Amino acid sequence: MTIMTYAQALNGAHSIAMKDDPLVFAIGQDIGSYGGYYGVTAGLLETFGKERVLDTPISEIAITGASVGAAVVGTRPILEIGFVDFVGTCWDQIFNQAAKFCYMSGGQARVPMVIRMACGAGLAYGVHHSQSLEAWFTHIPGLKVVMPSTPIDAKGLLLSAIEDDNPVIFLEHKFLYNQQGEVPDGPYRIPIGKAHIARKGKDVTIVAWSRAVHWALATAEELANDGIDCEVVDLRTLSPLDEATVAHSVEKTGRVVVCHEACLTGGFGAEIVARVTEKFFDSLEAPPVRVAAPDIPVPSSRPLENEYLRPERRLSDAVRNLNAVSHRRI
Amino acid sequence: MRLLRVSDERVAERARRGEVPGLLHLGVGEEAVAVGACAALRPEDKITSTHRAHGHFLAKGGSPKVLMAELYGKEAGCCRGKGGSMHLVDMNIGFLGANGVVGAGLPIAVGAALGARIKGEDWVVVCFFGDGANNEGAFHESLNLAAVWNLPVVFLCENNQYGISQSILSQQKVANVADRAVSYDLPSQIIDGNDVLAVFGTISKAIDAARQGKGPTLVECMTYRISGHYEGDSDAYRDLGEVAAWLQNDPIQRFQDFLLNQGVLLPEEVESLFRNVDTTVDEAVAFATGAPYPTPDKAEKHVYAPGKRGTS
Repeated sequence: MTIMTYAQALNGAHSIAMKDDPLVFAIGQDIGSYGGYYGVTAGLLETFGKERVLDTPISEIAITGASVGAAVVGTRPILEIGFVDFVGTCWDQIFNQAAKFCYMSGGQARVPMVIRMACGAGLAYGVHHSQSLEAWFTHIPGLKVVMPSTPIDAKGLLLSAIEDDNPVIFLEHKFLYNQQGEVPDGPYRIPIGKAHIARKGKDVTIVAWSRAVHWALATAEELANDGIDCEVVDLRTLSPLDEATVAHSVEKTGRVVVCHEACLTGGFGAEIVARVTEKFFDSLEAPPVRVAAPDIPVPSSRPLENEYLRPERRLSDAVRNLNAVSHRRI
Repeated sequence: MRLLRVSDERVAERARRGEVPGLLHLGVGEEAVAVGACAALRPEDKITSTHRAHGHFLAKGGSPKVLMAELYGKEAGCCRGKGGSMHLVDMNIGFLGANGVVGAGLPIAVGAALGARIKGEDWVVVCFFGDGANNEGAFHESLNLAAVWNLPVVFLCENNQYGISQSILSQQKVANVADRAVSYDLPSQIIDGNDVLAVFGTISKAIDAARQGKGPTLVECMTYRISGHYEGDSDAYRDLGEVAAWLQNDPIQRFQDFLLNQGVLLPEEVESLFRNVDTTVDEAVAFATGAPYPTPDKAEKHVYAPGKRGTS
């Protein structure tokens, strides 16, 4: 075990995968000598050379499509798109090409690629560099969507994503890159499609992912002092969704809050709440609750951006209020 | 070429009867480009195609029966009926996909060429695209990237003069698609796309250069689609005289005349070849009509590849 940052953990996963398999390569803007905008690919160029650490022009369509083509012929690209906000420029190659190749070919073709993108607000980057767009990807059959919340998860999930034979959308919260944690030194895998109970509890289930997991854990600690025992489910993977782990927790607590940084309408919280309500209605003691950002673009000015980030502050009250509701058989 | 022609004409006929569903973009009149280019390829070479893909599929060595079954939506089709006309894929012959999105195949072709380099293979990729794609961003980004990385890809423009209803000159100031190559420091050439030997010769040279590490080439093949944009197109935007003039420039008739004049084939040999093609297409249609549809439970299969590295 070594204490390292989320960015360093991702860097370690690159190194392990690229040493292990000569068909794995990294591709993206400023990932070589510059080391990536967050240092995730630092040093890879020196170790693996420019044939496998490909600095590209600012051409998201070409580099995403080239990753699709390279994957279809049997290599394993790890593509970095610096900000998820840029995905509009290459969206066709992701949702029409990468996501549909296997299906439209009747299962002949494989697209084993990872698309790493930074997401999230909190750094005053403004409307074009701060969004949380995970729900877009979860709406596309054929994509897997992974959002690690800790350094140890980041490394283990990235190694699984690189080995997966499908296109994996790997969303890294830019606020987490410098977060530190203990990470095993060697290779290990955290399975895609499995959620993690980040904290055990019996009163209220908080479902979260990425940075919101930390809000959930902090809220749980705060409420423990008031005798409210929260269980925190870190989804880790949004697609495919680990419905069983969510269901198991909700059956135990009877109360669920979904907390995410993305704005409310059409957010992935809606999907969680819908599934819980459809399938586990009889387990609920109170109506499910979503705690999400308001439906606004992410503003730059600090006090305004803090309004966008209100789920962090509102989670505690939401859980407290929910815990006070108790009508068996709603 | 005759196989491509007869196959597509039969598809059109069966579509009018309601047997073949969906949007069908036929390549009648453009056969010399597909056949001339693919004749220059080795089996391990790859191609990417467009929405007008049937001819490319057959020219690359695809089975007429499997193609027809796919167009009919049958389980025996190359994509088990999931692709259809605009989304044909056959990995066994290096056919990396027709494409329903104009220009989307270009970056994929660049990536397949990049894959060759990373894997240490010497295959080459021919990227078919239409003149309509040359105003897509994907075209420009892809040519630039392939040029910067000196990748083994040949960009082959089938300039059939129309992007759906709009003539090429009504939508761009640059007269030729090949003129774009200057921006990316690529060699380029404009050729008669209805002369199958010219296509074969030019593409052969471009492929050799690519295989020798000399990088990409842009080749613009001037041709014409005799059929409408899609089967059922009103085609009201084209002058009948223009179509008639191009009918006199039929690539199959031209090559047939050439072979007869040169004494390579006798008239009876041509007749025999044509009869064989008719039989092949008859058999393909019979195969497709007789083949079973996929069962509804197959709709939810193949959304994801089942495994991970080394397991599938």
